[in-house]
Amino acid sequence: MSTSETATQKEFRDYCRNWLEEHRPPPTSVPLPQAAYEVTLEDHRQYLVDWQAKCYEAGFIATDVDKAYGGHGHTGLQQIASAEVRRANVPYFINWIGLGMAAPTLLVHGTEAQKTTYLPPIFSGEELWCQGFSEPGAGSDLVSLQTSAIKDGDNWVVNGSKVWTSLGHFAKWMLLLARTDKNDKYNGITYFIGPMEAEGVTVQPIHKMTGESGFNEVFLEDVIVPDHMRIDEVGTGWKVAMSTLTSERGAAAGVGAVASSDSPYAAIEQLIALAKTKKRDGKLLWDNPLWRDKLVKLYERVEASSQNFRRLGVNSLNGGAMRIPLQGKLTGSEMGQELHQLALSMLGLEASLYVRDPNATDDGKWMLGYMNTYTGTISGGSSEIQRNILGERVLGLPKTK
Amino acid sequence: MAQPRDFGFGEEQEMLKDQARRFMEDKQPISFLRDTIKGTEDPNHGAERPGSFDQAAWQEMVELGWTALAVPEAAGGVGMDLVTAVAVIEEVGRAAMPTPLTSTIQATFVLREADSEAANTVLQEIAEGQSATLATCGADGSLETDSTDVTVTNGQLNGTAWFVQDLQKVGKLIVAANDAGTVKLYAVDINAAGIELAFDRIVDLTRDQGRVTFTNVDAALVADNGEQVLNNALPALLTLVAADIAGGCEWLLQATAEYAKVRKQFDRPIGFFQAVKHPIVNMMISTDQTRSLVYAAAATFDNERENAHKAAHLAKSNASDTAEFCANRATQLHGGIGFTWEHDVQIYHKRVMHSQQLFGDGYYQRACAAEYL
Repeated sequence: MSTSETATQKEFRDYCRNWLEEHRPPPTSVPLPQAAYEVTLEDHRQYLVDWQAKCYEAGFIATDVDKAYGGHGHTGLQQIASAEVRRANVPYFINWIGLGMAAPTLLVHGTEAQKTTYLPPIFSGEELWCQGFSEPGAGSDLVSLQTSAIKDGDNWVVNGSKVWTSLGHFAKWMLLLARTDKNDKYNGITYFIGPMEAEGVTVQPIHKMTGESGFNEVFLEDVIVPDHMRIDEVGTGWKVAMSTLTSERGAAAGVGAVASSDSPYAAIEQLIALAKTKKRDGKLLWDNPLWRDKLVKLYERVEASSQNFRRLGVNSLNGGAMRIPLQGKLTGSEMGQELHQLALSMLGLEASLYVRDPNATDDGKWMLGYMNTYTGTISGGSSEIQRNILGERVLGLPKTK
Repeated sequence: MAQPRDFGFGEEQEMLKDQARRFMEDKQPISFLRDTIKGTEDPNHGAERPGSFDQAAWQEMVELGWTALAVPEAAGGVGMDLVTAVAVIEEVGRAAMPTPLTSTIQATFVLREADSEAANTVLQEIAEGQSATLATCGADGSLETDSTDVTVTNGQLNGTAWFVQDLQKVGKLIVAANDAGTVKLYAVDINAAGIELAFDRIVDLTRDQGRVTFTNVDAALVADNGEQVLNNALPALLTLVAADIAGGCEWLLQATAEYAKVRKQFDRPIGFFQAVKHPIVNMMISTDQTRSLVYAAAATFDNERENAHKAAHLAKSNASDTAEFCANRATQLHGGIGFTWEHDVQIYHKRVMHSQQLFGDGYYQRACAAEYL
């Protein structure tokens, strides 16, 4: 793959590849959902936690993290492990918020005690995490959140509600943003580790348009959070959260988060294969220039995303450190949506058949996947918010707010 | 053969690219251009438009070794690969510089595929500073490698080559000619006996273009398998145009972002408004896709020839769409001023849209790429 790969990296890549080939788990009796944030069945949870633990022991998670925090203490090997996990098409890691958000945040902003306490069970999957940012009245305008935390001796008393909380039903901990000062919008927010098993926490599932219920509304009523579970200083929650959402987004790959099994390459290749076998009006879809043009255009964009990632390794061609990384979520999610829209167009009336219908192509995964692409374009800062961030942070345009 | 993860873009390429960028900034090619075309604005009454360029700057470029860049060492060149040429041409595009450099490097990549003494001789001349361009297109502007209207009769060239780029700037023509059903490639000096030039009135102010009519012209045969040679070189030709577009679109992006920071309406810089901010971000996303695909195509050509066509068609497809999109948004978001002759946006707008059509636009490239998927 790369001529600049060291002997150690090459050896590690071969090790990952062989291990993953040998240890591929048998499929579940009920198929897994398409991504970690949709998991609701206890059987699936247990299966995925076991799988994550095995992969952690094998060295694919926290590969480059310090041994003191439960890592494997390597350098320059995490990217290889993550790439091989994606490539092997094995189950995803269920603790995607733990790996993707909690660990990077704690590594940068956590105390020594927090790092040694919370990181190892994040990596092993023993303790699952959820994210408590959004509220019924605070979505894209996150800074208007109202959940309050009031100091009471060595504790904080938290009241309010959080929404769209993926995996809230399984999580032991929540990345919790709460208002500690009503009079200072930006500097009045503090970041906590929220205890989901504490008294006063109620988790209520929300069904999505797909019918799945991977996310929840979480009600917090006089929940006691000890002060040692505060991350960083009082009033710095907004800054810490923004760094989690933006500049540290790259760090998500830093500890090995892999949240879903689908790769855009696999999707476009499946669609091209489908076009070469599926006929309409007696003619292969691939031989229809309209569909073929759209398929090649999407193939081109999938290739461009992958080459953008490759270009990240050549600093002088990047136009600034954050320019390409900050595009990843936006372009990836919009591309995923267009891939699925094209799939539905190709399937025609068959697109109406949903999962578990015996006649549905690929068990209805294209329609299910299409609806789930909105998770990508809306959550974690919608595409509109991403374009604000890119315009302001990369191009220096005036702040919209 | 495996590709280098860094596209083959190392320190040497970085230094060369920086040097090219500083050189272009220093030469102010657009103000030079504006001086030479003054009075030719009106399409109805305007005078003939000269395809002039900064000759002194060209001599400096030759001395810097840029024409020798892609010429093999055996022919007295530097023997660099496509990724190095792309690095320089991206800067030519960013500066919208009128120069025969791109055409000359394209001719170089064609000649590199022709295994003949005559080709080697022309390569030596190029290394020493000769400029060259391809004369391979027929009257209908077809993009296929056998579309030439020039024929070989009694060993001499006859007929007309169309849509020849940089015709007023070059010294040498690489001509595709049909010899009883076989396309062959010839090299000939632009002032050889029997050659007549006619210049097109084109929209792009930074290039020139024209027709070459041959009447019993003696020329040196450089390849008797012309179609194969052109086809082998095609990925390099496409990638170089796409690199020029990537540079031009980066300029359009930066100019539009800067304008959106200073132009005020409704008491605010217009970049505050999402209706302006978001399309500028889309210009950046589009330009970044193009740049990544361009360097990938170059690395593929240099290291993995069997996949070079696919990578180059994808790069030129993407670049063509980026050209159209960025030109369109840049002019729209600049408002009235961007629509004027006075503002430089129009110069880039026309240049990248000319490049969009060179060797075929996005639809054409995707139809070609489909053959490899």
